[in-house]
Formats: sequence, structure tokens, C-alpha cells
Amino acid sequence: MIAMASLSPDRSKARAKLLRMIAGRIGVAVLTLLLVSLIVFTISALLPGDAAQEALGQSATPAQVEALRHEMGLDRPAYVRFGTWLAALAGGDAGTSLVGNMPVADLIGERLPNSLLLAALTTLVAVPLALTIGIACAVNRGGRLDRALNLATLGMVALPEFLVATLAVLVFSVKLRWLPSIALLPKDAGWGEILLNLAMPIGSLCVVVVAQMARMTRAAVIDQLDRPYVEMALLKGVKPSRIVIGHVLPNAIGPIVNACALSLSYLLGGAIIVETIFNYPGLASLMVNAVTSRDMPLLQACAMIFCTVYLLLMLIADVTAILANPRLRNA
Amino acid sequence: MSEHLSLSRRGLLGTALGAGFVATAGGILLPEGSDAAQTARPRPGGSIRAACMSLSTADTLDPAKGSLSSDYVRHFMLYNCLTELDRAQRAIPSLAQSLTSTDQRVWHIALRKGVIFHDGKSLTSADVVYSLRRHKDPATGSKLAAIAEQFESIRADGPLGVVLELSGPNADLPVMLAQSHFAIVPNGEKRFTSGNGTGPYRLAAFTPGVRTVGKRNADYWKPGKPHLDEIEIIGIPDEVSRVNALLSGDVHMVLAVNPRSTRRIAASRRHIVRETPSALYTNLIMRQDQLPTSNIHFVLGMKYLMDRQLIKRALFRNYATIANDHPIPPFHPYFRKDLPQTVMDLDKARWHFQRSGIGQTRLPIFASPAAEGSVDMASIVQEYSARVGLNVAVNRVPADGYWSTHWMKHPLGFGNTNPRPTADLTFSLFYKSDADWNESGWKNPKFDGLLLEARSEGDDARRKQLYGEMQGLVRDHCGVSIPVFISLLDGYDRRLKGWYPVPLGGFMGYGFAEHLWWED
Repeated sequence: MIAMASLSPDRSKARAKLLRMIAGRIGVAVLTLLLVSLIVFTISALLPGDAAQEALGQSATPAQVEALRHEMGLDRPAYVRFGTWLAALAGGDAGTSLVGNMPVADLIGERLPNSLLLAALTTLVAVPLALTIGIACAVNRGGRLDRALNLATLGMVALPEFLVATLAVLVFSVKLRWLPSIALLPKDAGWGEILLNLAMPIGSLCVVVVAQMARMTRAAVIDQLDRPYVEMALLKGVKPSRIVIGHVLPNAIGPIVNACALSLSYLLGGAIIVETIFNYPGLASLMVNAVTSRDMPLLQACAMIFCTVYLLLMLIADVTAILANPRLRNA
Repeated sequence: MSEHLSLSRRGLLGTALGAGFVATAGGILLPEGSDAAQTARPRPGGSIRAACMSLSTADTLDPAKGSLSSDYVRHFMLYNCLTELDRAQRAIPSLAQSLTSTDQRVWHIALRKGVIFHDGKSLTSADVVYSLRRHKDPATGSKLAAIAEQFESIRADGPLGVVLELSGPNADLPVMLAQSHFAIVPNGEKRFTSGNGTGPYRLAAFTPGVRTVGKRNADYWKPGKPHLDEIEIIGIPDEVSRVNALLSGDVHMVLAVNPRSTRRIAASRRHIVRETPSALYTNLIMRQDQLPTSNIHFVLGMKYLMDRQLIKRALFRNYATIANDHPIPPFHPYFRKDLPQTVMDLDKARWHFQRSGIGQTRLPIFASPAAEGSVDMASIVQEYSARVGLNVAVNRVPADGYWSTHWMKHPLGFGNTNPRPTADLTFSLFYKSDADWNESGWKNPKFDGLLLEARSEGDDARRKQLYGEMQGLVRDHCGVSIPVFISLLDGYDRRLKGWYPVPLGGFMGYGFAEHLWWED
């Protein structure tokens, strides 16, 4: 906002343009969501078996499956089911879980805060860490610190998170017994307990996202450092730290925020492996659950949430980039 | 609180900072409970956390619907059945004070007096009638609907009496009624959110897919039980995570340990692996209504091909019992000892395959992680097939959807069958000519006749003889090969006492809740 206020001569016109852009993006997002739900619906219809069969499992008899199918409303044609679901969703009702026999909203309401908590804490740790690493690398480009951090981030990108998480459990829970091996928060947990329980999940997730963000930050900052204005500033005797913070960063913020948004969008849905290993009751495992039990209303709702968060992060990244770089406003 | 054990331990660790303390903590623990310790007087108190395999939104408090390990544990915590099984797997009265019948068809059930549900309501015959009738309604989705079909009529006979009429005689009814699915729920219960039963624990918290907390029911009708103050049930689907959680002290008992993990648990001085020999098996299915597997020479050739010793040793690290191509395990009272054991004989196998006319036809064999050990078993079959000139290809398919898309649908594939409480149930569900899960689709009128005869037979010696004959028929004619029975492995904190094996499942046949106690 500061950038906008100081750089734009005609603020109200710019703001209107920005609002129009955001409105347009939201329209596209809604369309995307609709498309996603249709795709999810179609693809999951291709999976073998349905909720009735999965619920009854190996011991299902045809008569039982038919009865349960009727009870679940699965004997109606697919387009009717999709239509009713969509209409209900438009009215704010995500439907009833076929398997859990309770409102989807309740199921998600139980898990979403967990996922958001994990994602938020990971972001709090990961973003400052990644920015620091990225900037430090860029400033010391080619130096010993740069090479060491480069090697470290490359290694982190290459390590699969299940390996990181499993090793962490072996060392910190089984051997040292410092941290709990499962992240199951009690209902009324205090912050100390939450941090203790989530330390390893946050750590494992950081390994994945920090490396990517740091490398993108390094690239973006280096790109700016090579520009003539930096050279000019240097020649004028501006302190290097001021150049980086005052000149380079505002110009590099667009690509950095974009990289961050891409990495962070992974935290909600991509956390499935971490959720599995630490038995954390988050949204990703709920969605996998919905897939294996063919629980369509739940699956759709989860897909919509993931998609919405992704689109929202992208929107924030774009708006931030535009605010930081006035030239993009006319693009 | 269930957290208090682990938390207080963690708190201590926090102040003692580190591994040195852990070593001393391990050192002051008493050595493994001897027999004397196992029979010691149970001590009340303590909270534990138990980890099952499953974690799903399908978790249910409805006994009729339960299908996963954690469901069974919950059912035994919250409810009671009319009967229960003693250590020798015989049915003894539970909510029913007596079960009597003169012809094994019409059963008179007298209920125990003074039993109350968790909400304070007294148990009456109306509850029993309702609970059993539910299974006959297809909309209930009961797992035992097939068995409940035998219930011709269920009616109350006074406030504490029930008359259960079967469509045909069945001497096993008391054993069948001990299954957790037939647990007694209050009359009219439909929502199953409160877990209102007569069982040893009251439901304190239940989140499907996350956790179940049960608090000791102080008004439990069995004197002196249960012992633990609180039990928390969680699900950890990933086996490695489950074992890690046990070893790190975050949970105190875990279900379904992989044989590969047993060494890790055995190496810990705080923990112990407990083996329950069971009738669980993964079997090769040769469909009798498809070519070429319907050929009896092919079937016999396959049975001679099975390297049972290798499967027992390599796949299950000796946590298995050699089987003889029929579903009755050696420790079962009706096991037929004089039936010769089929052993691997490649010459005989070759001889049979030559007569089966299959030649070099490429034969896909369907295996999946859904049927425990089947992928490795298929590889072994493939390896030995090559030695006798049979062209078998392993077709590995995903566990997801295996039972609805692949099981029983290919000429050659694998099944996996959980232990059933009676020989009659195993045979009726999987081997009777018109059974829904007659895996190989074999039809044998003589077998069907013997099955019905044994069901109505009141004399135990005669029953044993009849079931023995059936074992012979399955071994020699049925299109399934059962190489081994797989033992169930659980991991326990050594401070949990009172354990004994129940062949129906891990965690003492899932019924540990009212038996275990905690000893520091």
C-alpha cells in the first residue's frame, strides 16, 4: 500500500483498476472451482466400486449393497447427484457424508483448523528462514556460504519428506524420547503442548518448502543485483545492506511472493505424507479417506477447499506483485 | 486423562534432559512379567492409549456396521453381547443368564437382572429383540445379515425373557451371539452417537477417524471390572508409525505388527511382542467355473506346488502355522489330526499339470496388498511354476477396490479371510455351494449335507467327526489352497498386565478393555 500511495499519481483510478482486476480474478476462480468439482466428480466415478461397496467391504452381499446404495441415494443417475450437490453447495450446504453419516461441514470443521494451524505455523517458520537463506546466498554469490547453503537446499529438495519425517521420529522420539512420535493434539492443548506436538511435522514440512522458496528468492535477488541501478547505487556509496533492503527487495518482491505462494499452497493438501507419518488429523488425510471410501460429498468439499486456497494464494501473490511493481498495473 | 501417562513421562524427561535418564528409566523397570505376575491381582487405575490400524470417517459406534479393528474395540468397550467367549473359546453367559434349547432350533434366553445402560435405563427383553431384529433389515447394512437370516422370529417372553426361533437347528448359536456385531443396544437406538450400552466403559469422546475415549463405567455389572480408568483408542494406519509410537511411549499397545518389526520391539526393554495363533489365512483361489482352473488336476497340481515351509519362514518370519488347504487350524477343537499333510512335491505337481492340459498357456495370477502376503506368495508360486513347466504371470493390483473389482473374479487370484468364531460359520460363509463368498465357486452336495447335519447335531464327538470329514473334502476337492495360518502380532508396553491370546483377533480378540490392568 505504501508503494502504491507513493508511486501512483492518480490513486482512485488505480484503485478502481485494481478492484476490477480482483473481481475478474474472483470470477475466473469461481469458474475454475466449478470445473474442478466436475472433474473430481467424473474421475471419482471412474474409480472401481462406490461408497456402498467400500462401506460393506469384502463381506458385502449383492442384496446388502443394493439396499445401502438406495439409502445413500447412489442409485440415482450421476448428473442428478451432481446437480443436487451443486445446488445445495450454492445454498451453503456441503451435504452429508455418505460414510460418516454426519454433515460434511462438521467433518471438515473438525479437520480444517488443524490443517490451517499446521500450515500457519509452518509458514511462520519457513518464510523468514527461506528469505534469509535466499538473500544471504544472493549477496554472497559464489562465496563459501552461498555454496554451502546451495548444497544444503539442493539436498533438502532431493530428500523425500517421508524419509526426513521417519528419520526425525527415529531420532527424536524413539531414541532420544524428546518429542512425541504422533501429533495428536488434546482438545484443550496449550501453546507449549501444541508446539511440542507439532515440532517435527513443522520441521518436515519446512524441509520441503524452505529449499524451494530460498532458491527462488536467491534467483530473484541476484536478478536485481545485476541491474544497472544497483551498480549506480553502489557507485554513489550506498551501503550494501541498504541496497538490498531498500532497493533490491521491493523490486524482487513479485517473483518472491509468487514462489512463496506456490510453495505454501502445497502445505494444505500436500501435507498428506506428513499427516500420515505423524497421524495428524488434517484435511489431506480426510480427503484421502474420502477417496478410498468413495465418499463423494466429502471428497468434493475437500477438493473445493484446496482449490480455493490455491486460487486465493495466487491472487494474493498477483496483487502483491502489482502493488510492488507499478509497471504491471497496465499489463 | 489418557495423556497423563505420556505427559508426565515427557515432563520428567524435560527436566532430566536427555538420553541418560531414559537409560536409567529403562533400568529400573521390572523384568518381563512372569506367569506369577500375569496371574497377580489386577490393580485398578491407569490410563492408556491403544493404536489400531484403521483411521477413517467410516468409524462407527453401531455394532451392526462395524468392520474395522477399531470398531470392534469400541464395541467391546461400550456394549455387551448376550454371550461371550471364555479362554477356551466356549460360549458362556453374559447379558443372557442362560440360553437353552432342546432341539437347537427354538432357543429360550433369560436375561440377567439389574443390568443398566450407561444412561440409567434397565436392560429388558425389548432391547434384545430390537438389537437382533435390526440385522434382518437390509437398510441397517449389518455385516452379519447373512447369519441373521437364520433368525426366523425373535420375540419377547416377559420383561427378561426372549424366544429366538431359527429357521433350522444350529448348535452354534451361543457362540455366534458372542460376536460384537450382535451386541445389545437400547431399544429404538438409531443414531449411535452416544455409544449408550451396558459395557465396561462409557463414551467420553468420539471423533470418527481421530479418537475414541472411554471412561470407566463405575456401575458395570461385572464385579471388580474393568480395571483401567480411561482408554483412548486412536488409529495409526501406517505400520512403521504405529511401531514408532509404541517404542516412543506415545501409545501403550499397538495392533497388527508386521513380522519385520518384531525385532525392533523385542530389542526394547519396555515392550513386548505378543503372538496370537489364529485362523487368519491368505489363500490361492482357483475358480471352478472358469478354465483352466476348474480342472481338478490343475487344482491338485497347485496344492503340491505350495512351499508352505518357505511361506511360513520367509513371508511371516515363522509367525504362522502350517495349513493343509482347509480352513480349520490345528489348535481348533474340531481339527482333524489324522488327515495327511500335503507337502510340496514338484514331481507330483508336474504329473498333475501334464494331465490338466494347460500346457504353456500364460496364466495371470492376481495378487494385491489387500490380501496380506499375497504378492509375495504369488511370486513364490510363479517361481515354482516355472520349474514344472507352467507359465504363470504375477498381476499385482492395488489394494484400493480389490474386494469389489478383483476378488473372486479371476480364474486365479488371492483371498484373505479373517477368523470366524465357529467352524460352521467359516464353512457356511466360504465353502457351502450357495454361499455368497464361495471363493472358488465349488459345488459339493456331500459337503453341504455334512454341514447341515453338523449344525443340528447336539453331540460334540459326532460333530467333530462331521467337521473332520468336511476338512478332507475341502482339502481334496475345493479350488482353494491355504498354505499357512497367519499369527496375529501385537506390541504391548510391558506394564500392561492380564493379557491372554484370543484367536479371533489381536488385542485379545479386540476385547482387551475389560481385562487389562496397568502395573507401574
